[in-house]
Amino acid sequence: MLTYIARRILYTIPVMFLSTFLSFVFVSYTGDPVGNLRQNPRISQHTLQVIMDRNHLGDPIPLRYLYWLKDVVTHKLGNSLLTSQAIWPDVTRTLGHTAQVIILSESLAILLGIAVGIFSAIRQYSVFDYLFTSVSFLGYAMPVFWFALLLQILFVDIYLKWHVRIFYTSGLNTPGKGTWSLDRLQHIALPIATLCIISFALYSRYMRASMLDVSNSDYVRTARAKGVAEWRVVMRHVFRNALIPVVTIAALNLGGLLGGAIITETIFTLDGIGYYFIQSLQNSDYYAVMAYLVVTSLIIIVFNLIADIIYGYLDPRIRYD
Amino acid sequence: MTEPTGKTPVELETIAPLEQTIDGMVPAPAGLFDSAAEAGLEIKARSQWDYARRRFLRHRLAMVGLLGLVVIFGAGVFANFIAPYSYSDIDLNNILEGPTTSAHHFFGTDEIGRDYFSRVIWGIRTSEEVGVFVAVVSSAIGLFIGAIAGYYGGWIDNLLMRLTDLVLTLPFLAVLLTAAALLGQGNQWRVSIILALFFWTGIARVVRGVFLSLREKEYVEAAKASGANDLRIMFRHILPNTLGPIIVNGTIAVAGAIITEAALSFLGFGILPPTPSLGVLVAGGQTNPQQWWLTVFPGLTIVLIVLCVNFMGDGLRDALDPTQRRVRA
Repeated sequence: MLTYIARRILYTIPVMFLSTFLSFVFVSYTGDPVGNLRQNPRISQHTLQVIMDRNHLGDPIPLRYLYWLKDVVTHKLGNSLLTSQAIWPDVTRTLGHTAQVIILSESLAILLGIAVGIFSAIRQYSVFDYLFTSVSFLGYAMPVFWFALLLQILFVDIYLKWHVRIFYTSGLNTPGKGTWSLDRLQHIALPIATLCIISFALYSRYMRASMLDVSNSDYVRTARAKGVAEWRVVMRHVFRNALIPVVTIAALNLGGLLGGAIITETIFTLDGIGYYFIQSLQNSDYYAVMAYLVVTSLIIIVFNLIADIIYGYLDPRIRYD
Repeated sequence: MTEPTGKTPVELETIAPLEQTIDGMVPAPAGLFDSAAEAGLEIKARSQWDYARRRFLRHRLAMVGLLGLVVIFGAGVFANFIAPYSYSDIDLNNILEGPTTSAHHFFGTDEIGRDYFSRVIWGIRTSEEVGVFVAVVSSAIGLFIGAIAGYYGGWIDNLLMRLTDLVLTLPFLAVLLTAAALLGQGNQWRVSIILALFFWTGIARVVRGVFLSLREKEYVEAAKASGANDLRIMFRHILPNTLGPIIVNGTIAVAGAIITEAALSFLGFGILPPTPSLGVLVAGGQTNPQQWWLTVFPGLTIVLIVLCVNFMGDGLRDALDPTQRRVRA
């Protein structure tokens, strides 16, 4: 098991460098990092040259990548080229908010998805099964931004009609309320619901398919033939093995979730990392965009690694290939 | 599987009388064979494609999906005949009107009085163009790369698989947004090309898998022994076996591309107004949350398109799987 983990980690390191290098080359070639400053008439040619020299913008791109990498490591992602402010505090603050939303929505989606998946598989072709099959089909087909907008419209209308504030539709907090308060929950409930329904559609489908798949295997038939109680067959023989693919899917889904976070945070103007990214992109603040790409790629890579390790732990066959 | 009709050769002769055959030809067998096929007797061997078509036609959900797509995409293709107004016509008497049948504003009007039904129809046209373009181009790229990697193996294969691994570790939407912001500039075809450049990995993987398993088969060896070159083996002998997964993946890619384009446009980095795409329309609805129809109708259209495409994709998957003989009713 230890060699397996070590191998996975060693494999991850070049992937990390290559992925950041590709993003850097791509962004550097296509975008002008000082484009916004160039258009500003109050910034003289001389100042521009100083900024370019300070950030080594005149050098060839592979060299710039190394300078940038040094900046990332020693200065915590460096400074924004446009505002000269440090990127790190922004990233940690917004990432915390995004994590709060994603962790809550994912926990909910995984619990619900697994429960519904199990029940749909046990009662295959029942009304319950058909109902949730339709729900998950809808969940697949629904664009995230549209569902978020519908929720927003609904709760704005409720507030305007009856003056009842159930959930807020924008922002993170009413001024003066804390991070762990009912007020915060009222603010992030709709983003959570949006992300949750999308993931739920995925997990319940996978859980159902995986349960049915395992139910048809020989050892389950053997267990039944030996007279093991039905709930015990389901929980001990089927459920535990059916969980394996779902674990992988949940970890691999993180990339999609971060994408979903960009959309929901923009709609609900939530101060998360996705909203930060969109704002940086709108302002052509390319070093902040790069910071986002690096941080999220790292998170995705780490989660892939965790998924691999859990997978290896749950299914010993994987370890010895 | 057709049932025997119970017709005898005597009846067959009445269907295709001998007098109608051309002079000089041997009449009897030709006439007999033609009419036997018409009579439904199993003489012509069915190809796998025939079986696939029959399975597909009996797949109820797939038929629903196909019908829905024909209606929706048809409306987009014939937008200039179906839409009562142009997408930019302004009706100053009806600004932000709700859905009504008077003046044909079925989906209401927006904040400068443009007919929303027409805008949605024109939006379908843009979205379907993007979807089909991305599906075709990305399938072609994926097919090409997957075929080469799977057939030749070795370092080419290694490079490709590491590349697709790498693409999987990138935050997909963020990279697309960055690419669209830097290169797209709101143009429909530029956005489509960017999408296609990110959509091929799935198909490449599938095609690679099939090539990898089939290149060791006896019939490929036989083709090689009889002197066929690599290109002929790849495209003539192996490729037909990958068409099933390619068609299924390509179909689903249409939905993926439409939804992704809509998300990009919604966030302001995809197609830009005045070109109406479904994502652009939903984004327009966001500025007027009180006028629910501005958000609901274009969004609902996306949902319907994606649902229909997914139904059809499921049907195709079942139909094109040669190991499956049972038709799911």
